[in-house]
Amino acid sequence: MKIAPLFEVPTELADPSGSKCAIVLTTRIRLARNLTGSPFPGWAKEAQRSAMLAESLAVVAELPQMKKGLSLTVDELSDLEKQILVERHLISRELSNAKRGAGVVISRDQSAAVMINEEDHLRIQVMRAGFQLKKAWNAINTIDSELEEKLNYAFSPTLGYLTACPTNLGTGMRASAMMHLPALVISSQMEKVVRAVNQLGMAVRGLFGEGSDASGSIFQISNQTTLGESEEDIIKRLSSVLNTIIEHELNARAKLLEADSSKLFDKIGRAFGILQNGRLLTSAEAMNLLSLVRLGVDLNVFPEVRRPVIDRLFIEAQPGHIQYAAHGAFESARRDQLRAQFLRTEIASFGPPDFNVTGKN
Amino acid sequence: MANSLKCDLCGKPATVHLTQIVNNKIHKVDLCEECAQAKGVTDPSGFSLADLLLKTSLNPEPQAEGIRCEQCGATQADFKKQGRFGCPACYEVFKPVIEPLLGNMHKGTIHVGKVPRRALERKSLYDRLTNLQGELDEAIKAERYEDAARFRDEIHQVKQAFGEKTLS
Repeated sequence: MKIAPLFEVPTELADPSGSKCAIVLTTRIRLARNLTGSPFPGWAKEAQRSAMLAESLAVVAELPQMKKGLSLTVDELSDLEKQILVERHLISRELSNAKRGAGVVISRDQSAAVMINEEDHLRIQVMRAGFQLKKAWNAINTIDSELEEKLNYAFSPTLGYLTACPTNLGTGMRASAMMHLPALVISSQMEKVVRAVNQLGMAVRGLFGEGSDASGSIFQISNQTTLGESEEDIIKRLSSVLNTIIEHELNARAKLLEADSSKLFDKIGRAFGILQNGRLLTSAEAMNLLSLVRLGVDLNVFPEVRRPVIDRLFIEAQPGHIQYAAHGAFESARRDQLRAQFLRTEIASFGPPDFNVTGKN
Repeated sequence: MANSLKCDLCGKPATVHLTQIVNNKIHKVDLCEECAQAKGVTDPSGFSLADLLLKTSLNPEPQAEGIRCEQCGATQADFKKQGRFGCPACYEVFKPVIEPLLGNMHKGTIHVGKVPRRALERKSLYDRLTNLQGELDEAIKAERYEDAARFRDEIHQVKQAFGEKTLS
């Protein structure tokens, strides 16, 4: 397997040291960049795309940040490999569906990736565990400046970085955070939060659209607009929105505990029980159960050291990862069986929950 | 959530309902499961309602091709159909089409933020080159041959610098 090296190094996503705030799982920033004189990937002919890919793949792979990294073209990857990369947020679904002439360079620790010929010539991405917008911005800003020394970016002094879609024009930046908001979901406040956040020009994406219970109570909050505001200002605005959401989530948790802590602990205990003993688990159910156990860690029901394990399981319980671990392609019913088995083994080391501690955070 | 709503794209019963507010304007879209999938609404990594609205509001009625970008061959009709431009030069060509849309889509219509060093240098050299070329033409027309020679030398110098900037 071409992507085998990814499994040899622990992913940035589950790095416990970065998580100073448990509610924000990961921070991500991406920059859309294009090169002058070439048609955008969606309009380019295959030969043009291939030439662009060959040229930029070499330049990107030479970045110091990409040392010992992985350079991949889409047509050399199997469907399963592509699915795994999508589940790890290293490539987008759009890139995984791309025809020939597209690729990606992934850094060794998987904290940085540059997609080539997705919607734009280059989509640079930096990912950090926890709430790390500034660090992520500094890292991606450096990569971007280094690339600009070697590649001729398409840029207009008035419109900024020129992108295939005008919705990315200007900074070409989308900054986002994956947030774990179980208490807001349990107390049915998500719809209200989504509305408020939208009003502030930020987008909320759950798996099933507005107001719905996103699988695992995980939501992605990101800026919607890219033109007319500097990167630093966008990040500042997003940070303050994220902080407000964190506050609301903490309040919701406190209220749930105050109102009826046994009701909340019952949910956590049952989730743990199913993970310990279940025989068939869909990925959506697994996400929801893991989410409750994660909430348990935040409430000191389980020790702190279990949180990075759960964050890793969020990824490894996905269909692609389940199949990779079991060395084969399986029907979804068989996958549910394998997933339950995998989670039983992982959860076995957790030890019994302790519901006597009711501290928060 | 209301179940009676129909998908905005295909008319089947809608199960996905989205509301986004950009610059105090409310945008609502109702979609069925399939269209939501197809439009990437369920893809947590890459969906923009603004993008979707752009495509639907531009409504793809087949009309005259409109303006055409000489560099990449994309026409106004192509842009309306796909919501994407063909190449960076399209932004100049389709300025009248895109300019009125930007205010609705973004916070402002002028870029503030990072400026790529080399791209800007290239731009200023390019502008200078265009300027000098104009002056050279005028000097020749007015038979000011000494000036013309000077402009020609300057153009040569700028071209050299430009070549280094684009090739390095």
